This record gives sequence, structure tokens and C-alpha cells, in this order.
Amino acid sequence: MSIFVFAESSDNQYKKSSFEAVSYAAEVAGKTGTTVTAVSIGKADNAAQLGEYGANTVISINGPAFDSFNSEIYAAAFAEVCKQGNASVAVISNTYCGKAMAGRVAVALNASLASNVVDYPDTSNGFLVKRGVFSGKAFAYVNLTSQVKVLALTPNSVEIKKNGSAAVVTSQSVAAVSSTCTVTGTNKITGKIPLTEAEVVVSAGRGMKGPENWNMVEELAEALGAATACSKPVSDMHWRPHSEHVGQTGITIKPNLYIAIGISGAIQHLAGVSSSKVIVVINKDAEAPFFKAADYGIVGDAFEVLPKLIQAAKSATAS
Amino acid sequence: MKILVCMSVVPDTTTKITFTDNNTRFNTAGVQYIMNPYDELALTKALDIAEPAGGTATIIHVGPADSEPAIRKALSMGATDAVRINAEPLDAQFVAAQIADWAKDKAFDMILTGRESIDYNGGVVCPLIGAMLNIPSIQVITKLEVNAGTATIERDIDGGREIMTCTMPFAASAQKDLCEPRIPNMRGIMAARTKPLAVVEPVSVKTGVEYQSFELPQPKQGVRMISADAPEELIHLLRNEAKVI
Ligand SMILES: Cc1cc2nc3c(=O)[nH]c(=O)nc-3n(C[C@H](O)[C@H](O)[C@H](O)COP(=O)(O)OP(=O)(O)OC[C@H]3O[C@@H](n4cnc5c(N)ncnc54)[C@H](O)[C@@H]3O)c2cc1C
Repeated sequence: MSIFVFAESSDNQYKKSSFEAVSYAAEVAGKTGTTVTAVSIGKADNAAQLGEYGANTVISINGPAFDSFNSEIYAAAFAEVCKQGNASVAVISNTYCGKAMAGRVAVALNASLASNVVDYPDTSNGFLVKRGVFSGKAFAYVNLTSQVKVLALTPNSVEIKKNGSAAVVTSQSVAAVSSTCTVTGTNKITGKIPLTEAEVVVSAGRGMKGPENWNMVEELAEALGAATACSKPVSDMHWRPHSEHVGQTGITIKPNLYIAIGISGAIQHLAGVSSSKVIVVINKDAEAPFFKAADYGIVGDAFEVLPKLIQAAKSATAS
Repeated sequence: MKILVCMSVVPDTTTKITFTDNNTRFNTAGVQYIMNPYDELALTKALDIAEPAGGTATIIHVGPADSEPAIRKALSMGATDAVRINAEPLDAQFVAAQIADWAKDKAFDMILTGRESIDYNGGVVCPLIGAMLNIPSIQVITKLEVNAGTATIERDIDGGREIMTCTMPFAASAQKDLCEPRIPNMRGIMAARTKPLAVVEPVSVKTGVEYQSFELPQPKQGVRMISADAPEELIHLLRNEAKVI
């Protein structure tokens, strides 16, 4: 029995969610008296650092077939090393790429699968995991009964624990499965924090009146090191890209801080953001339903509040 | 062109979620069920591809007879025919196994799903089906065009988009931006009444996932209001009280 964790990288750098996944695996290994093997696929700098987050060993798989992400090839390679290492639990981040792999890994390992996992498992009697359901409106406890378990861990669910030291990295050659899919190009939004992984999110709704006013939203986000998000009508009207749309029919996020500006707080919107640790609502309507779901609120016109808030944020983060 | 579209039936997005039986079951009392919004996109795309090619778009749903109004909606949008696997959809692996088993000898050119079902949000039915049928699975696609048997696909990745080509068959899951969902017209609604809806009994599948109980998020302790004239107070609280910036 051992725990395998997939360390996802992008542009040669491990993602923050990968450090969370490794920390998570280390915690579970500690509880169940086993070890953690981190698996890095494709080009990534400094695989040894995964040891600092709790990996006992690191396996690195490389080669031309692994240069760009292909869920078939990545999942097959990860499943293969899991099998060789007799993995009992495989941990993957619940990102787009991670979820694309998780299903295939579960089939290859004949495993129980839980995505959207938000907490450590309870292993006192079985293997009980907590996962988000109904787009954040509720949580479910599911018991995973197969011998092997595959978990997709939601970003920002557990703390990163850095109390190990660099691990020994073993390069392993794994034959890539053939695929009829070829990646021909990538469009990365560079210099921006991916929304699903952001610790702070500044989000705005129809109250901003038009796309030309988003410079204020972006300025506040920049001052706070935050990602930007928006409500559904805002992306429907193409004021913002759909990748920023949060809510029941958009992305579900779980940041430490969610600042909602000019968003009414409809049930479908709340669904996607209510797992945020702290919610701030800025709305000119004191009756806006969002205030009921907020920790801090300002009743005021965004066009007056935002410039002052940006100023305050800038001077606070500068000090 | 033969396309299979997987559909789930979910509580309407305005549903207030509650549980019964000591929080072990979702409370369906008074809940309106709808076709999963992402599956509307998958079906619309399937029709856009199949219709000009003289092909078919078959709807498949794993669920009880209660789901038939939602299946009729899919037929009224334009689906050629429908199949209902007569079983409670216990979890993603169960559903995917039923669909894969039914589809395995039917030579579909593509199998489309929604990005996720908005009730259990697994987002894994597409890769599960792909793996079970040993075909590629491409998640969260925002563009799909087919030319001479090869599909050009764009899909969301964290922090960007990826462009790829893929030969058929494959499985893919629909993300917003793929298309605007079709709205059934009167002719479609009339036609749907007589379109074939086959009911198939499930195959036996062992599931390794048991839902034990549910929990609602902790309610907020109440909101602390800050004057609009003093937003610096908010920054101060976020730094020193909430400690989130
Ligand atoms: C099937 C379905 C799925 C849906 N899924 C989602 C989803 O995933 N995500 C989502 O967000 N929505 C979703 N919705 C839509 C949802 O019901 C709401 O319509 C939407 O969230 C409202 O967006 P909004 O708050 O930006 O706009 P509005 O409801 O128009 O609210 C704008 C707010 O801005 C305030 N405001 C206006 N001017 C100012 C100002 N100058 N300063 C400060 N405040 C101001 C107003 O008081 C108001 O509260 C869905 C709806 C349906 C039917």
C-alpha cells in the first residue's frame, strides 16, 4: 500500500495546487502509515522540491510524447507507475487537466473515484471523503469501497505544508500510449492567476454598467494580487470572457477572499462562490440578497467606492 | 455521422438544496427537474454537425421514468431518437459504465457530454466513457468543427486554451462558448411526441462509491457593514481581522 500523487505543471513550473496535492497525500500517508510517491510528467523544473511538501520519492516521466498535455497519454503513464508501485490511493488536482486524467486513471486502476474532494479522508472506518455537490450549495460524504481510490482534490482546500526536504528524483521511462489526438497550439493567458487557484478573487456584475469600466476592477485585483471573475450576464453579454463566469453554470471557486462588486447575489451565483472563506459585497442596493451571504459589506456606488478602495489597497500592500 | 449525446436531469438552478432522512437523501419535494444546461450545449453542437451531414444525434440518459419530460425536451430540440437506461444514476462511474456498455458495439463517431452535471458536479463522465471505450476524451471544449473525418477542437485549460486535432471516434465534454443552446420550436415539440424513446434495462455494474450523508455549508455569522466613505477600514479588517490579504 502506498500513495501516489500527480504533480501537475504548466510552463515548466509546478502549480500551487500540486503542492497542495502532495501535502494532502503526505497527511493521508502519515495517518495510514505509508509513503508518498510524487509523479511528475513532462518538462518541469526542480522535481526534487516536491520532497519539501512531503513526497518520499519522486518519479519523473519525460519524452517528446509528454511535452504537451494529452489526457490519454498522461493518464496511462500515471496509472502505469501507480500499478507498478502498488498504489492504494492516487491523488490528482481537481483542475481541468487533473479531472480529465482522473476518470481515465480510475478506469485503468479499477478504482473508486471521487472528484471535487474538499477535505482529508476519514479512514477510521472505511475511506470516507467529503466532496462538494450542487455547485457548492452542499457537501456529500462518500465512502470509497474499491481497493484502490482515486481522488481529485479541489484547489485551495487544504494548506500547503512544507516540512520535508528535497527528494531523490528517479527518471522512469514509460512508453507513451498512442493517441489519435494531437495538440497543435496553446493560447495561455500569461501573467494572470488562474481563477480556480486564486486565493483572492475580485468579481463584478452587471452593476459595472459596461466593459469599459472594468479597468477599476482589474486595478483592484492587481493591487490585491487577485484573479478577476464575473457574473453570468456579464459573460453572456461578452463584457468579459466566459472563463471568468462563476456560479452554478460557470466555475465553482473556493478562494480565501471573494469581493463581489455590483452583483445582486442570485442563488445561481452564490452556488459557485459560497465556499469562499471570506466574502465582501459592495452594492448600492442595501436590500441586495448578496449581503446575507457576506462577511463584510459596503452599501455604496461602485463608481465612488472603488477608486478609494484601490487607493487603500495600494497603500496597504505597499507598506 | 452518428453522434451520441449523454444527458443528465438535474434540479432547476433556483432549487434550494435540502436533505431528508437524517441528511442521507436529497429532498426532492417540490423540486423542478430540467435537462442539464451543459447537455443542451452538447446536443445543440451534435445537431449542428449531424444535420447538414444527414447524420443522427441520439440522446442517452441513465435514470428513472420521471426523466421522460426532460428527454422529450431533448427530442424537441431536434435529437433523432432517445435511449433511457432504466436505473437510478448512482454515481458517475455507474452512469458511464451503463452508457459505455450500450454504446460499445454501435460505432458512434463521437460521444458528447456536458462539462459536468450541475447536481453532483463530477465532471468525469466523459473521460470515464473515453477510457472504457478506449477512445480519446477531450474535456471542456469551446469549439468543435469536423472536416473530412478529422475534428478541430479547442478546449479550456487552467489559465488558457488548447487547440487540437482528433480523428473520430472520440468523446468530448461541452463547455459554455461551444454554442448557444437551441430552443425547441412548435414543430420540434410536435415531432418529439412520436420520436422513438427506447427503454433499456441496465447491466450489472459494481460501484465503488457509496453516498453516505450530506451537509449544508455553515451559515454566515452575519455581515459587518462598513461605511462607503471609509473603504480603507475594509482593507484594514481584511488584513488584520480576517487575515486574508
Ligand atoms: C439556468 C440558470 C443558470 C444561471 N447560472 C448562473 C451562474 O452560474 N452564475 C451567475 O452569476 N448567474 C447565473 N444565473 C443568473 C442569475 O440568476 C442572475 O441573473 C445573475 O447572477 C445576476 O447577475 P448580476 O448580479 O451581475 O446582475 P443583476 O442581478 O442585474 O445585479 C446587478 C447588481 O448591481 C447593483 N448595482 C447596480 N449599479 C451599481 C453601482 N453603481 N454600484 C454598486 N452596485 C450597483 C445592483 O444593485 C444589483 O444588485 C443563472 C440563471 C439561470 C436561469
